[in-house]
Amino acid sequence: MTAASDLKIELGRRYRFAASHRLHSAQLTDAENARIYGKCNNPCGHGHNYTVEISVSGDVDPATGMIANLADLDEFVQREVIEPFDHRSLNDEVEAFRVEVPTTENLCIEIYRRMRAFPNAKLERVRVEETSNNSFEYAGDKAQ
Amino acid sequence: MVLLTRKIEFSASHRYNNPAMSEEENRRVFGKCNNPHGHGHNYTLEVTVAGEPDPVTGMVVDLADLKKILEQEVMRRMDHRHLNFEVPELAGQIPTCENVARVIWNLLEPKIPQGRLHRVRLYESPDLFADCYRNGCGPNGSAA
Repeated sequence: MTAASDLKIELGRRYRFAASHRLHSAQLTDAENARIYGKCNNPCGHGHNYTVEISVSGDVDPATGMIANLADLDEFVQREVIEPFDHRSLNDEVEAFRVEVPTTENLCIEIYRRMRAFPNAKLERVRVEETSNNSFEYAGDKAQ
Repeated sequence: MVLLTRKIEFSASHRYNNPAMSEEENRRVFGKCNNPHGHGHNYTLEVTVAGEPDPVTGMVVDLADLKKILEQEVMRRMDHRHLNFEVPELAGQIPTCENVARVIWNLLEPKIPQGRLHRVRLYESPDLFADCYRNGCGPNGSAA
């Protein structure tokens, strides 16, 4: 039997939202933007069905068997991530992406930043699938 | 180091109820998972073993051995069972994904004949899972 303290338990939960974006950097010329981002630079934007995977860790409460109550996690993610992003234009309706290019790398970092405020467990990582073929992960910057 | 993952599926029923709490509290904390008649899931278990490939066989662990161990330790104990009543290792614990993953870790770890157990990931549904690692060997740990 392994002592509980020797093991690390994480809880993973997947959520979905759909949003549009356009990859365009103000620091690049139009020609450079077109070259680097290709069809993702289309001026009218395009969209994806995103899947977000949130992983949290912490002690498993012996009374509930849970790291964090799923209802609390779901409510927090709904409020902080799904409602502000779902069926929105990331470029036009999410403050962070008025400056940053809404690549899925940056989307991971933005969702991580929001999820760090979840009070009931430690955020381990955010993984986002932009399509079923492309996924991105961010677990915080260890140097910080 | 190479990681090898074997996936199996089993079906089981469970109920979340803590006898130390009032009926009302149980309903509040566990929601529909507190339904007195229980409910069930199709669980997917991913077991990951880490190690160096054997120079003779090229294997981290013999999959035939691993399959036998999973059959013996997990399928026979949990498949088509009620986790609250039929799995002694879970006695006195709420059979959440976190707790079931930890029990499976404790059952498997001493049996792995080659390499070492790296991760147990248990999906209760495609959108909810628990990961179990040895402390310090997780995806963000130094040994990973």
